[in-house]
Amino acid sequence: MDKQIATAAEAVADIHDGATIAVGGFGLVGIPEILITALLEQGATNLEIASNNCGTDGFGLGLLLEQHRIRRTISSYIGSNKEFARQYMAGEVEVEFTPQGTLAERMRAGGAGIPAFFTTAGVGTQVAEGGLPQRYDAKGGVAVYSPPKETREFHGESYVMEQGIFADFALVHAWKGDRQGNLVYRRTARNFNPPAAACGRITIAQVEHLVEPGEIDPDEVHTPGIHVQRVVHVGPVNVGIEQRTVRAS
Amino acid sequence: MTTSEKKVVGLSREGMAARVAQELRDGQYVNLGIGMPTLVPNYLSDDITVVLHSENGVLGVGPYPTEEELDPELINAGKETITVVPGASYFDSAQSFGMIRGGQVDVAVLGAMQVSAAGDLANWMIPGHMVKGMGGAMDLVHGAGRVIVMMEHTTRKGAPKILPVCTIPLTGKHCVQRIITDLAVIDVTPDGLLLVETSPGVSVDDVRAATAADLTVAPGLA
Repeated sequence: MDKQIATAAEAVADIHDGATIAVGGFGLVGIPEILITALLEQGATNLEIASNNCGTDGFGLGLLLEQHRIRRTISSYIGSNKEFARQYMAGEVEVEFTPQGTLAERMRAGGAGIPAFFTTAGVGTQVAEGGLPQRYDAKGGVAVYSPPKETREFHGESYVMEQGIFADFALVHAWKGDRQGNLVYRRTARNFNPPAAACGRITIAQVEHLVEPGEIDPDEVHTPGIHVQRVVHVGPVNVGIEQRTVRAS
Repeated sequence: MTTSEKKVVGLSREGMAARVAQELRDGQYVNLGIGMPTLVPNYLSDDITVVLHSENGVLGVGPYPTEEELDPELINAGKETITVVPGASYFDSAQSFGMIRGGQVDVAVLGAMQVSAAGDLANWMIPGHMVKGMGGAMDLVHGAGRVIVMMEHTTRKGAPKILPVCTIPLTGKHCVQRIITDLAVIDVTPDGLLLVETSPGVSVDDVRAATAADLTVAPGLA
């Protein structure tokens, strides 16, 4: 078994127009940027993306947004991406706002074969009750509102039903991986990558360090290779900093 | 509700952080929101240990790094570069919110645009004007054992932020236990808002003037 694909371009070649793609990363950290760049060049469009921030201006998924290749996103935060916010307000992209933990759990659930679950996050708000603008029209009116979701009482408390995400593809970034797809993440670059990897029907991992099976201690594996169909060796990546906070030494 | 004629000066940002720090107890797991709440650890007593949770996947957040320690792959939920303390751990976003949803995080401190008399919180969008997204706030306000709002008492224009009911979309309903501002400490009780402290140099009337919701004044404060 060897899941290595020589290039990112080959690894993303069959991503089709209209595909649903779960993408790891938080801020600038843990972003599968080489795979995203390959997807940019590959040309697939009309994409639905599940990603916490959907990139930042000029980086990661922000590049796909700039080219209007994303039809719809499932995200919790657009505040660090001006173009994303602009496209949303202008009706150029549809956004299903999803609380961050609910988004992570929707990916995890999809990866675990769970179609839906109940959570308190969003109860009593438009997330549960509906009415959130998902897509504006060109005149600043709302074209699509979020629908109300099922709620139910458990142990005297109200919960809202949220659905698992079953993605056609997942794109993830790992620090180290072997040819069988076992992955190890580094520090806070782990974030959404494990649940994203789990919920993709075809999961493509870019790894900074590619090793042979057995070189990763089984105790140290974060994502077991069964979740990963393709591995692309990209070498060390430069990670940007959004908020450079330091103290005097 | 009009704002008072004279400008009331309450606690500084640092003063508010010091006041919030007094809320935390030894052994607690605490999530601090983006912005002002990140100042709180500077004012924790040396006698206590609290473990700071950052929802992007860290328990045991430490101080900001030195230039030598700086690692772009080690950030908090505000995307600031951080360090970790001994005993820290990393985990993925699903596990991180599992511990929030599961009630393991004792205290969450976060900012607000509006808080209502019933403890409703709004902090993620203003229809037609501004949408940042809720991030992890909706998960935190229901999952954390205790939710403390830390904010300026009024908007920059002096308009009250503590209202009978919120007028912008909610982050959570009936989820706030205590509000700590530059002017006062206010508890959310089943009977409404209870003013429990005023900041030095701030009178009960000053707080009332800056608050649109009804306030009951705790015994001894009047």
